[in-house]
Amino acid sequence: MALVLTEEQSLLRDSARGLISDKAPVSHLRGLRDTKDPTGFSKELWHSFAEMGFAGLLVPEEFGGSGLGFMEAGIVMEEIGRTLMPSPFLATSVVAASALNRGGNAAQKAEYLPKISSGSLLATLAIDEGAKHRPLQTNLQAVRAGNGFKLSGAKALVVDGHVADLFIVAARTAGSTGEREGLTLFLVNPKAKGVAIERTIMVDAHNAARIELANVEVNADSVLGEVDQGAALLEGVLDIGRGAVAAEMVGLSDEVFNRTVEYLKNRKQFGKLIGEFQALQHRAAELYVDIEITRAATMKALQALDVDIAKAASVVAVAKARAGTTATRAVQEGVQMHGGMGMTDQFDIGFFMKRARVCEELFGDANYHTEQLARARGY
Amino acid sequence: MTDSKTSESETADLEQFRNETRAWLEANCPPEMRKPATSDADVFWGGRNAKFSSEPQRIWFERMRDKGWTVPDWPREYGGGGLSAAELKVLRSEMVRMGARPPLSSFGIWMLGPALLKYGNEAQKKEHLPKIAAGLIRWCQGYSEPNAGSDLASLQTRAESDGDDFVITGSKIWTSYANYADWIFCLVRTDSAAKKHDGISFILFDMTSKGVTTKPILLISGYSPFCETFFDGVRVPKSHVVGTVNRGWDVAKYLLQHERAMISGMGERGVGRPLGQIAADSVGADALGRLDDSMLRGRIASFDVDEAALAACAERAVDLAKAGQAHPAFSSAMKYYGTELNKRRYEILMSAGGVDALEWESERSRQGARPRAWLRTKANSIEGGTSEVMLGIVAKRILDLPGA
Repeated sequence: MALVLTEEQSLLRDSARGLISDKAPVSHLRGLRDTKDPTGFSKELWHSFAEMGFAGLLVPEEFGGSGLGFMEAGIVMEEIGRTLMPSPFLATSVVAASALNRGGNAAQKAEYLPKISSGSLLATLAIDEGAKHRPLQTNLQAVRAGNGFKLSGAKALVVDGHVADLFIVAARTAGSTGEREGLTLFLVNPKAKGVAIERTIMVDAHNAARIELANVEVNADSVLGEVDQGAALLEGVLDIGRGAVAAEMVGLSDEVFNRTVEYLKNRKQFGKLIGEFQALQHRAAELYVDIEITRAATMKALQALDVDIAKAASVVAVAKARAGTTATRAVQEGVQMHGGMGMTDQFDIGFFMKRARVCEELFGDANYHTEQLARARGY
Repeated sequence: MTDSKTSESETADLEQFRNETRAWLEANCPPEMRKPATSDADVFWGGRNAKFSSEPQRIWFERMRDKGWTVPDWPREYGGGGLSAAELKVLRSEMVRMGARPPLSSFGIWMLGPALLKYGNEAQKKEHLPKIAAGLIRWCQGYSEPNAGSDLASLQTRAESDGDDFVITGSKIWTSYANYADWIFCLVRTDSAAKKHDGISFILFDMTSKGVTTKPILLISGYSPFCETFFDGVRVPKSHVVGTVNRGWDVAKYLLQHERAMISGMGERGVGRPLGQIAADSVGADALGRLDDSMLRGRIASFDVDEAALAACAERAVDLAKAGQAHPAFSSAMKYYGTELNKRRYEILMSAGGVDALEWESERSRQGARPRAWLRTKANSIEGGTSEVMLGIVAKRILDLPGA
């Protein structure tokens, strides 16, 4: 497969870009932040998204979706990254839809996937418990009780946690912290007795929550996939999320970079356009190279996910590690080259810096994925 | 996807080509040629005075030459294999998979050939390309001059018109292997009154011509891969000019793109065992099987991330070119990153080798192969245009930043 967009993919990018840049420029996020919007995204815009087929982009056609691939999901994520549009796309349409589609039984798919496609159901994955992403450290306990399980424990950084209609919770049904065996995914109703949700107002003004489960009762039908064997399903779903976030970071990096280069071409100091200074030219050129390399690595990862998720882990690790490093550099250079203006809230650059920091932590930072690659290569 | 039927049958054809290629390589590549060359003397460069370092090297070269696979994508009429871009990609990936060495290394293949294919006239193509493909003539490049360096267009070597000939006087520097080369492709000033880039011609001549002398330059690696080359009234027929007289800069620029792409890919020559495992040979592993130097391990892993990402980018650059979407200056971006990365690779290799990597003259170290290679890589970000020149090209030609 060539690492170039096909004609259909270019059309998809254009229509996503048109909608997003028109309806949700950075000022959209700024407005939601300033008004402390209780939903944290625009429901109206989400319906437009659904009408255009984006909400069910990864959902098979038999469940009302578009049946497209991860490359296409990455294209939409990249456009989201350009304007930082807050939306349920990542949590619901990419991660949760993939978890249900890959792990769900016929009844679960029939119940949830059409609602995701129509934009009427929001879902999210609840995974991390500590400060850093460590899926195998899952310690939220699920003990058998009657026909089902009782879940107890806490999760942090649950994206869209306070607006979700469905949680997909990683829990430990056997084994101990750090072990791969004994993980199980559960579908949990946020309104169930014993669920406590705290919306966390984050640095980037996007939606996330901490949740606590205290003896939350779920029945046996709530298991997604196999009991104790959830690790493989979870790892695949996480890799899909990582590929998607890498694509968001490519969009974010590219946008910051374009804004910065524009600034270099217009801002005068010492009687010259600052873009004439070689010190800045070379730094801009280095950043360009970094972004192009990261874009290629991310496309490679999305393609690998489309071909065979089970074999994509290392390629995805490379993409997520590179995307984190490059996005960090892009926003740092963006702020630095904008000088004092880059430090003001009035300028948009700071929004990108904040979002990059969140994306870096989401599903594992650059160090985490670099470590994964070292292990995969046996040293 | 627009034409899925065609692409399906193309995929099937490519799969068949892959299977046949794999089988042929398995049957024809001697086991000795399935590991990287251990030193420069172990690389076959061709030429009038070429010697094979071993019998397997000769066999491998001749079999590949007979298939046209020293230059797999050149037209068959010029000694090539006539492969499509997709087939070439398959052949390369199959060679990498089994660790097969390139059968012939040659500036004729990497640099002059592509320029001749684009700018040469039919007589020049027929004369030179088949000899390059068959490794009969070894070429060197006469670009840089003592006071020009990366400011290539400020070259002073002049070619005076005299009837049907040019008479060439001047000197070149950093001419790789000029002391072993049979012919040179050379930039000369044919109009000193014209603007810097407008009075240059691209000309070919025999290194045994009267008035040509070379002098090797000893480098920090202890080797002399480069020479100074002097021209004292060298008489060359005007028919040896490639392209148009005074328009040699076009040819030079085109060739430089190939040179930069070639240099950016140098890191891939080290294909073989992962760096982390090479390091574990000397450093050892801890109880969990991890490289027993956590800082070095981290450096290697970061390197591996960047190398894998660069490989994806190189692949994408080829795909973009095929789709007609490539920026002509993108090879400068790749050259910059590839050479900096290769320097990093050898810093890590030196660090991984510890004191063993310090040996300069000993059997055990194969005469200091690793430290000499480490020192050699330091030139990567200088030759073919420095990293700073590459960044300048990206800044101006791709990003369109202001200033001269």
